[in-house]
Amino acid sequence: MGLSVVNTKHKPTHFWLLYTSTAVNKAPGSGGLESGGLLHNGSSVLLHFRDSLVTVESLEKTFPWFGMDIGGTLVKLVYFEPKDITAEEEQEEVENLKSIRKYLTSNTAYGKTGIRDVHLELKNLTMCGRKGNLHFIRFPSCAMHRFIQMGSEKNFSSLHTTLCATGGGAYKFEEDFRTMADLQLYKLDELDCLIQGLLYVDSVGFNGQPECYYFENPTDPEQCQKKPYCLDNPYPMLLVNIGSGVSILAVYSKDNYKRVTGSSLGGGTFLGLCCLLTGCETFEEALEMAAKGDSTNVDKLVKDIYGGDYERFGLQGSAVASSFGHMMSKEKRDSISKEDLARATLVTITNNIGSIARMCALNENIDKVVFVGNFLRINMISMKVLAYAMDYWSKGQLKALFLEHEGYFGAVGALLEMLKMTDDQ
Amino acid sequence: MAERGGRGSGHGSLDKSITLPPDEIFRNLENAKRFAIDIGGSLTKLAYYSTVQHKVARVRSFDHSGKDIDNEPLYEISVQEEITARLHFIKFENTYIETCLDFIKDHLVNTETKVIKATGGGAYKFKDLIEKKLGLKVDKEDVMTCLIKGCNFVLRNIPHEVFAYQKDSDTEFRFQTNHPNIFPYLLVNIGSGVSIVKVETEDKFEWIGGSSIGGGTFWGLGALLTKTKKFDELLQLASKGQHTNVDMLVKDVYGGAYQSLGLSGNLIASSFGKSTTADKEFSKEDMAKSLLHMISNDIGQLACLYAKLHNLDKIYFGGFFIRGHPVTMRTITYSINFFSKGEVQALFLRHEGYLGAIGAFLKGAEQDNPNQYSWGENYAGSSGLMSTSPDVYPMQRTRSGTFDMLEMDRLERPLVNLPLLKDPSTYIPDTVDLTDDAMARKYWLTCFEEALDGVAKRAAASQPDSLDAQERAEKFRQKYWNKLQTLRQQPFAYGTLTVRSLLDTREHCLNEFNFPDPYSKVKQKENGIALKCFQSVIESLDSLGWEERQFALVKGLLAGNVFDWGAKAVSDVLESEPQFGFEEAKSKLQERPWLEDSYSQWLERLKEGPPHKCALIFADNSGIDIILGVFPFVRELLSRGTEVILACNSGPALNDVTYSESLIVTERIAAMDPVIHSALRDEKLLLVQTGSSSPCLDLRYVGKVPLCGLCPTAAGWPKVWLWSIPATLHTGNCFCSPIRTCLVWIYRPVTLLRSYSFWPFFVAFCVQDTAGSGAGSVMADVRSCRWPKPPGIEASFHLI
Repeated sequence: MGLSVVNTKHKPTHFWLLYTSTAVNKAPGSGGLESGGLLHNGSSVLLHFRDSLVTVESLEKTFPWFGMDIGGTLVKLVYFEPKDITAEEEQEEVENLKSIRKYLTSNTAYGKTGIRDVHLELKNLTMCGRKGNLHFIRFPSCAMHRFIQMGSEKNFSSLHTTLCATGGGAYKFEEDFRTMADLQLYKLDELDCLIQGLLYVDSVGFNGQPECYYFENPTDPEQCQKKPYCLDNPYPMLLVNIGSGVSILAVYSKDNYKRVTGSSLGGGTFLGLCCLLTGCETFEEALEMAAKGDSTNVDKLVKDIYGGDYERFGLQGSAVASSFGHMMSKEKRDSISKEDLARATLVTITNNIGSIARMCALNENIDKVVFVGNFLRINMISMKVLAYAMDYWSKGQLKALFLEHEGYFGAVGALLEMLKMTDDQ
Repeated sequence: MAERGGRGSGHGSLDKSITLPPDEIFRNLENAKRFAIDIGGSLTKLAYYSTVQHKVARVRSFDHSGKDIDNEPLYEISVQEEITARLHFIKFENTYIETCLDFIKDHLVNTETKVIKATGGGAYKFKDLIEKKLGLKVDKEDVMTCLIKGCNFVLRNIPHEVFAYQKDSDTEFRFQTNHPNIFPYLLVNIGSGVSIVKVETEDKFEWIGGSSIGGGTFWGLGALLTKTKKFDELLQLASKGQHTNVDMLVKDVYGGAYQSLGLSGNLIASSFGKSTTADKEFSKEDMAKSLLHMISNDIGQLACLYAKLHNLDKIYFGGFFIRGHPVTMRTITYSINFFSKGEVQALFLRHEGYLGAIGAFLKGAEQDNPNQYSWGENYAGSSGLMSTSPDVYPMQRTRSGTFDMLEMDRLERPLVNLPLLKDPSTYIPDTVDLTDDAMARKYWLTCFEEALDGVAKRAAASQPDSLDAQERAEKFRQKYWNKLQTLRQQPFAYGTLTVRSLLDTREHCLNEFNFPDPYSKVKQKENGIALKCFQSVIESLDSLGWEERQFALVKGLLAGNVFDWGAKAVSDVLESEPQFGFEEAKSKLQERPWLEDSYSQWLERLKEGPPHKCALIFADNSGIDIILGVFPFVRELLSRGTEVILACNSGPALNDVTYSESLIVTERIAAMDPVIHSALRDEKLLLVQTGSSSPCLDLRYVGKVPLCGLCPTAAGWPKVWLWSIPATLHTGNCFCSPIRTCLVWIYRPVTLLRSYSFWPFFVAFCVQDTAGSGAGSVMADVRSCRWPKPPGIEASFHLI
């Protein structure tokens, strides 16, 4: 029995337990924890005791390989499907592991709300010496309990796996995982995961295509075009993660970053307001409406106030002076369409994120601004608005960059962390 | 009173039914000129310039040659008419605009005016109406330029213009001391959108950014979400709501705090993040609150980012989103604190609503050079902060209508910081902040109320030949009474409430009704009586040994100031036996050691050190104080070879000696006393005026000309004493090094107000010694000896 104590880079505030053994006494708060040592044949046991990580020598990482990012609105799940399974392995693969693999890879939708983003799948990836495909799955956070329930029904806890999770939900649902499905989560910091995941996906590329892109001629709607961008020298970058809310990080190297600020006006605000204003129910629906709407019926522009440009301050007449400003008038409220409202909500939230990001970039003296997060999923309008805003207001000094796997980096980071723990042995 | 003017409470269409009392709202229209108007989304602000004719008391020496001076008054008092300039600013709802324009048209006599300067979004909308009604050409001015001009003007001229808002403290309004250098600052104007402007000098400012998420977003989006039409109603909804029902908090995502980043569980992770579920109903109040937080936080965050980028720490917030709304001031303040981690303070302006109108007016009045003068807020004619706010005083709005006014009088001379002040921004001239101290406030307001009848009587009595004196005195009484009632409800109305501001307000009200100097006759009599005793006081002092004399002189200073003709008992004594009264006062001084007592050090200094080069003395009361207390002391200093500058108020205030009175008094003393005589002749004794007409001295606002020679950097001037009797001057470390300050601290009974009340006075010397280490401790002493103190006469003589 080789017990070794290593320092952890994670904050020592939590009491983490990670195990891959079916034989481990899994009862919550069982004696094994207190005794400080858990060891069972052929399994890897990781115990996190406040300030130190207690690792126990292990064998190779057992499948299935998941990384999970439980956000405020969406759960992002990445699943590594091994394609190099030997006949011997196939033989030994337990039944429910096989069924999980089949279930995930043969479907593109799970239940009512789970979706696999097939177009994002990364093929022929080598991870930890294994070849396979990386699948990207998402479902709403409100379905989390059903998900845990499913894990319990499928007897997931018998699969010897390390369930690595990041995002706020890793904390919020930790107890539920334990009590409902007999699963212990290995909780990971979401910002660490985000950065590691992003760097990894960019480094492996998108099935031969570049992961990162930008918009050429962002200020000219006719000429504006998506173009690949080489992110080989990413530092320093301002990383703007737009989920339900917004987090803005200044990243100076792989593991040197700081959170600059955040904003509560994010994707959740867009969807929340859209639901209230238009009665829509989903992000897709909201975006569809927004695509058909015209925000200038809702927003008051500079020219609505000044009759043209406000030259004293160099403001174009077409700039928005007051978001929803026309809605102060009852007549205009009565005549407005839902599509216009959805569009205005989208543009308002997006422009605001752009402003804050731009100010942070100036304050931090960074000229690359990378926008990620699921707010940008299927959201060309926002990406173009951001690209325009960065370019226009900085007079071409700032570049807005985007990534194909916009919302999945946290989950990828969680998966990487799990694999790294095995590598560390 | 301004608030009592309009009775209309109508909204909606233009309200023509109100009648405007001419003497209360649009005052002095008959000689008004230089109009400016700022029409916003809901409020109109009108500005104009007028000249006010009012009475001033003048004293003039009689020609005494060959007459029996014993039985004649010392000097002649006459009341003259004087013309001064006044700025009027009136704010009212747009619904009254037509009525108001008609009213102005009917009362406007001056035909010179051809143009009206106009700014604000509504200036376009109402252009034709204004031109038609007034027959004036509308000349439009840029909104932001006007705003900044107005902002600079109020920052420069109005003390306590700026405040920080703290909802959860006892004092919601924390007024800031004006810094002589107001630049640079950031002005964040939250109208329908947000403009962020960096102001660097009087004429140099730059729009550095903005945001489309502003007051219009709150209003427009709020109206859509809650079906509530009015901005004020939306704010009221918001103040009743719970945003946590609508917003996704950090704890909703994490189940608790996000500890590794130190984000509390109660922080908003996603505004409206909970309303993404379509099957739930949300209350109007909750949505309004969530919207308010979202917008305030966003603006605060951007403002902080801009402040950081431009390295600025002063951010003033204005615009209709802020205007008079405690709820938005609170959320903005919270946001600024959060995002700047306490490094930046959100600041607000008392006259924020008037900035555009003031600026437009200034643009139109450039040929009058208004910026060359100092202007003072007239407390009698100004409504005060939030006079029309329903949030603060719901009854007020219905009772008073919605007319709010600001009047500013041109001061006779520019007032500047006393150059000897080390740091004017930390100098606080008042001992007790009545805004802060509710008990003291109640006490003092009651004192002033109880004394009011007497003051009104004295005012009427001071003009026995005037037929309408009684009537005017009653109007004065009513006006000041109303002011006191307003201050009970809104102690923050005119900035930090202090005894000084209560006295100033009373002086303004007295002047308003043409009682320029109710004490003139009393002072005349008192000076006459005291002069008769001067020689015998000097003789008795001269008969003492040196050391005894020094002590008697200091006691005389204290006792002289303890005298107050307002006190009936004292006046009775004085009328029969003036000298006895003075001796009596001296004997009533407590025995040493006094409350603060550095007399021994003072004596030591006189014995050991070389004579002081110069002493600057601010005089207080007429009569016994100046003649029997201060002059013997001055005489002693002069005999030691010290030059003396005696500074007196320019205008009358209570029984304080005015500059013109001091000239006559000094002349008479010089006639009796060779020391004073030769000092005057050789210009070793200099009489100057302070520029002030306030009973209390504020060294941030003193006349420029008479004191300019006292610049401490000028060679030969470090040896200065500053002797200040009338001031509530208490900060021990307020003067530039190498000047040291000596405080003489007197509690004297103010029977004028109430028989058992008392009043701390501070007397400061500046002496030549190097900067003292004890300065800070005196600050502490002064502060620890706060009101209330046991009644009785207490004195302190403290050398720092």
